[in-house]
Amino acid sequence: MSALPLHRRHGVRLSFRYLIAALLVVIFCFPVYWLFIISFKTPDEIFAFPPVWYPESIQFSNYKVLFKDGDAATVGNSLILASVSTFFAMIFGTIAAYSLVRFKTGGENLAVWIISQRMMPPVAIVFPIFLLYVWLGWVDSYFGLIILYTAFSLPYVIWMMRGYIEDIPLELEESALVDGCTRWEVLWKVVLPMARSGLFATAVFTFIFAWNDFLFALVLTRTEVTTYTVQVTHYFGGQSNFWAKIAAMSVLGTIPVFFTVAVMQRYLVRGISMGAVKG
Amino acid sequence: MSDLKITNLHKHYGAFHAVKGIDLDVPSGEFTVLVGPSGCGKSTLLRTIAGLEETSSGSIEIGGKDVTWARPRDRDIAMVFQNYALYPYLNVKDNIAFGLRARKFAEAEVEKRVARAAEMLGIGHLLTRFPRELSGGQRQRVAIGRAIVRDAILYLFDEPLSNLDAQLRDDMRVEIKRLHKELKRTMIYVTHDQIEAMTLADRIVLLRDGLIEQQGTPLDLFERPKTRFVAGFLGSPKMNFVPATLTAAGVKLADGTALELPGRSGLKAGQAVMLGLRPQHIAMAGTHLAKGHVRVPVVIELVQPTGSRVQATMPLGGTSIIAELGAHDVSRPGEKAEIDIDMTRAVLIDTTSDKII
Ligand SMILES: Nc1ncnc2c1ncn2[C@@H]1O[C@H](COP(=O)(O)OP(=O)(O)OP(=O)(O)O)[C@@H](O)[C@H]1O
Ligand SMILES: [Mg+2]
Repeated sequence: MSALPLHRRHGVRLSFRYLIAALLVVIFCFPVYWLFIISFKTPDEIFAFPPVWYPESIQFSNYKVLFKDGDAATVGNSLILASVSTFFAMIFGTIAAYSLVRFKTGGENLAVWIISQRMMPPVAIVFPIFLLYVWLGWVDSYFGLIILYTAFSLPYVIWMMRGYIEDIPLELEESALVDGCTRWEVLWKVVLPMARSGLFATAVFTFIFAWNDFLFALVLTRTEVTTYTVQVTHYFGGQSNFWAKIAAMSVLGTIPVFFTVAVMQRYLVRGISMGAVKG
Repeated sequence: MSDLKITNLHKHYGAFHAVKGIDLDVPSGEFTVLVGPSGCGKSTLLRTIAGLEETSSGSIEIGGKDVTWARPRDRDIAMVFQNYALYPYLNVKDNIAFGLRARKFAEAEVEKRVARAAEMLGIGHLLTRFPRELSGGQRQRVAIGRAIVRDAILYLFDEPLSNLDAQLRDDMRVEIKRLHKELKRTMIYVTHDQIEAMTLADRIVLLRDGLIEQQGTPLDLFERPKTRFVAGFLGSPKMNFVPATLTAAGVKLADGTALELPGRSGLKAGQAVMLGLRPQHIAMAGTHLAKGHVRVPVVIELVQPTGSRVQATMPLGGTSIIAELGAHDVSRPGEKAEIDIDMTRAVLIDTTSDKII
């Protein structure tokens, strides 16, 4: 038996919960804060002890260097590779998924085989692909990496879109067919709008996969299409200010993803739960 | 001229034979109802006409053109689906306009037609709403609007009212009948509701197990059924079937009751038959049936009032039969009564072939 009256006990428990929540927020947000803050520090501040929790002045010299030396262009490379490959993976993946669902293309087995391709560890195929690309002359080209990212994302896109398309009532498509649409028009005017949330959610994950890829980019690029993930690793070495560059580059790499997710949040939540209901 | 001509149509789903050789000729402007029990192939037949299912063998002509292998969009048909099939991401206006736009109508023409269809269906004030903001009845009106906005040769309906409650269904039935009178188009309507079939149809096509059991006007099928199945399917409450044996002058029931059959000749005495009696052709003694009736004493088993009438269950010749009596004729089980059976309307069914004699 507690001596406190019921409403007081409730109050205590509530404040305790807030305390825990606040603590968790700090634990989770601190690394992100630290990353951002380092990118705004001077070299002296970075190595100061005790650490500088909050710099005197926010200064952008770390970023200026990245842009002046052209290192920041690697973020642009990542952006081009990720968005173009996502675009193609979504187009071909959605068409393939529609075919699997509506025409039972390849029966049950083809769909399973496709997703099994996704289970292949990238490191198991990256060196054979490197040899192939050397032979084809595709190493260190946008084209080569876009093809690779597209191919690597396709199983995921097909698998996800298959689930979303299966949820579309057949009558909607049949009605459109009777109303005068061709199959392609049905895909464009009925299937895409109906699967919109799922489509966006899948596209975001596909984009993030290509955006964050390190292995393929490391092996298959040299100097022309270096991605930001590879660029970050170049800063490990003797330079005195490498922490600043790592931090600034990482921030540049985080921002596009952050905005993508923020803008797409509505669809992400709906798209993910849509898939959860079925298949 | 006939708008639809089906010749020896078969449909297989894998090993399953769903439509087993159907011939059908639908004249211009007719309202044809396909009716039959669940699973008899009504939807399959309709969907094959629409081109949504591939024909296994046979041929389909729409408006004089062979469309057996044509795509749905090339068949000049419009269709209303059971679950409305409205596009949730389009408002009512765009839903109705969908088919016109798919066929590249000029936007001015689209506006004009949508407005006219909406007015016809009384949904003019709903044009900017989305399907989720509509009631079931309103949704069905939009679905119908989407079909009638186009000039199709053939309008197909697959159980369009089955998702509505009873009251709404009655209203929409009247509405559809009125639309048909106004538009004078050829319509094919699938239902398993025999009231819908009777009230809407110019012609009923009664299907059973993938075959046409009988076709004709509603009254034709009701009054002159060719088989026991047809006799039992149409009418509410259902026709009563009482086992009997033919005699020279009429029939003898299992318990020995003899009933005279006036105006029948050439009956084979001794043949086992089913005596078919409609509940409407049985009345309380002396109430209103014309001559040609026989009077039988019965004990009432069960009373189900419907308001205007009462459905009374009673034994006759060893089976229970239902009679539709006046609302105040009987009131409780156990009551003794005398009934008149109109034997001029009775049907006799050969028990071996299930055909009407
Ligand atoms: N895609 C299919 N694959 C296999 N069998 C099917 C398919 N569609 C329908 N059938 C079968 O064909 C038969 C006829 O089906 P159909 O849908 O035409 O019946 P229906 O008369 O419309 O029945 P209901 O009144 O219940 O709608 C049924 O036995 C059904 O199981
Ligand atoms: Mg059906």
